[in-house]
Amino acid sequence: MRERIVLAALLAAAVALPWIAEALGTPATVGVATRIAIYAIAAASLNLILGYGGLVSFGHAAYFGLGGYTVGILWEHFRLNEPFLGIIPGTAELLVTFPAAILVGGLAAAAIGALSLRTSGVQFIMITLAFAQMVYFLFVSLAVYGGDDGLMIRRPNAFLGLNLRDPATMYWLSLAVLVFWLWLMGRVVRSRFGRVLEGVRQSERRMAAIGISTYPYKLAAFAIAGAACAAAGALWANYARFVSPDMMHWTKSGELMIMVILGGLGTLLGPVLGAAALVGLEYTLSGITEHWQFVLGPILVAIVLFARKGLMSLFGRWGPGNG
Amino acid sequence: MALLLEQLLNGVQLGVTLFLLAAGLTLVFGIMGVINLAHGSLYMIGAFAAAWVAAQTGSVLLALLGGLAAAAVVGMAIEFVVLRRLYARDHLDQVLATFGLILFFNQGMVILFGRQPLFVALPEFLSGAVEVLPGVPYPVYRLLIIACGLLVALGLWLLIQRTRIGMLVRAGATHREMVRALGVDIRLLYTLVFGLGALLAGFAGIMAGPVYSVNVGMGEQILILTFVVVVIGGVGSIRGAMYGALLVGIVDTLLRAYVPGLLRGVMDASQADMLGAGLASMGVYLLMALVLLLKPRGLFPAHA
Repeated sequence: MRERIVLAALLAAAVALPWIAEALGTPATVGVATRIAIYAIAAASLNLILGYGGLVSFGHAAYFGLGGYTVGILWEHFRLNEPFLGIIPGTAELLVTFPAAILVGGLAAAAIGALSLRTSGVQFIMITLAFAQMVYFLFVSLAVYGGDDGLMIRRPNAFLGLNLRDPATMYWLSLAVLVFWLWLMGRVVRSRFGRVLEGVRQSERRMAAIGISTYPYKLAAFAIAGAACAAAGALWANYARFVSPDMMHWTKSGELMIMVILGGLGTLLGPVLGAAALVGLEYTLSGITEHWQFVLGPILVAIVLFARKGLMSLFGRWGPGNG
Repeated sequence: MALLLEQLLNGVQLGVTLFLLAAGLTLVFGIMGVINLAHGSLYMIGAFAAAWVAAQTGSVLLALLGGLAAAAVVGMAIEFVVLRRLYARDHLDQVLATFGLILFFNQGMVILFGRQPLFVALPEFLSGAVEVLPGVPYPVYRLLIIACGLLVALGLWLLIQRTRIGMLVRAGATHREMVRALGVDIRLLYTLVFGLGALLAGFAGIMAGPVYSVNVGMGEQILILTFVVVVIGGVGSIRGAMYGALLVGIVDTLLRAYVPGLLRGVMDASQADMLGAGLASMGVYLLMALVLLLKPRGLFPAHA
């Protein structure tokens, strides 16, 4: 019961944030909070396979980028008024681009996962990295969509008459998607599917011994994670009004992993906390010194060495194993 | 024909550079089970230190020694302060910690040397070209890199196949626990192996300096390619690192040289160049994915 009250209070504070920021005269906070919400969705999607399933994907940023580019490319064709591949008309409607991004991310993850999941351990880390690099270089090489320089999206998508250019509106939209995704994650993790995934992380051999073929479960989780990460990418494209191959650089995959580990593997709110910590640290430190990475790096090392179970472990019974 | 030979030599040159990096990475990976993302930082540190010493003193020998010393010292320090505590942890912790180290070293180099890339001038006697075949000139310095790389490879082979330390390294790559159980001071062995890997990475950086520019992102660019080499060759296998490096170096260079040309036949030049460069970059990753799917333990597994 107390947990519910705390959660409701947290949610209320998150919803009220734009007004609080305005009252305090720090409107830039809304942008930071939007970034945190979007990265939290991406990190939480990685958490499904990394934290609950124990599948170390080192190429998760690829789906982030694919989601962003779905929005970007559809916008570009809308702007030029010529159909993508000659058949798919461009659009700037979020109600179309957002599901499209999810579909693209899910399909790409299903295809990459189908091949990658034949391996395990270090090989799995490396093969997911390899596929992400291929996607990265594919977009670097597409001159039509700006190649290395990326693609500007002049106007954010239209969505039910709301103005996504307004920081507060964009923030609420991202927050709504985040809350929905966390709610869904909570359901998924407690379902039979989630139990099997947990079993895969603990011991695949045991799962096989009790007669469960793990491959379809892992593949489904991988595809769901890719789809959700693409949704985060689609939001990012609308927030930043810009997409570039940097969105899927391997260091971005590393950052997503850091957020998950930082917050606490296999906890529902861990990735949110991790995203908030990393984006917040970045924002605060970069305000103090241009060389903020010089400080952030050792902090990360120290966290690995001394706070072994992530920040969520600081929150007692919500921590790993209880969440 | 002349172009093909030149590109093949370029490929071998990239290959031996990759080998110097991959040899250390594969040993650290194979023996200690550590994924060390900061290996590229050692390459960068070697390059920066050598470029700085060269600019200060103008001496090639001092630059070489300075670069090697910097890389080795930083490498041993990383092992002693951070990695030593991570041997028993899972790969996730290692990735996170060494990622933190990358941020630290990259920004450290920015603080010390600024964001502008450094260009290293070659001394007189290395800056010319010789004819490798009649009518095919090739830069002396690149030939020197190839020669040095092959010499180091030979030296490593002798060290690992013919000495007692090498025997322990091979044993460590096969059965870590057993070596420890037999009473070998495994911590000392680890530090030595790590130092050796750092030395080689630094050497690769020193030699790469005059060919490419010395800049802050250089470590990450080559790190991922090095992982490709290690995975293709087989984790923990020096022989695999050698063949993998040459394969990746030659395939990558040839794809870069010929794919844009082929594409120019079907589209306009600037688009062809861009698409070609991208597709060529994808080539080695495709190769890696194929190897992982068909031979998950690499082409030359360490414990065959």
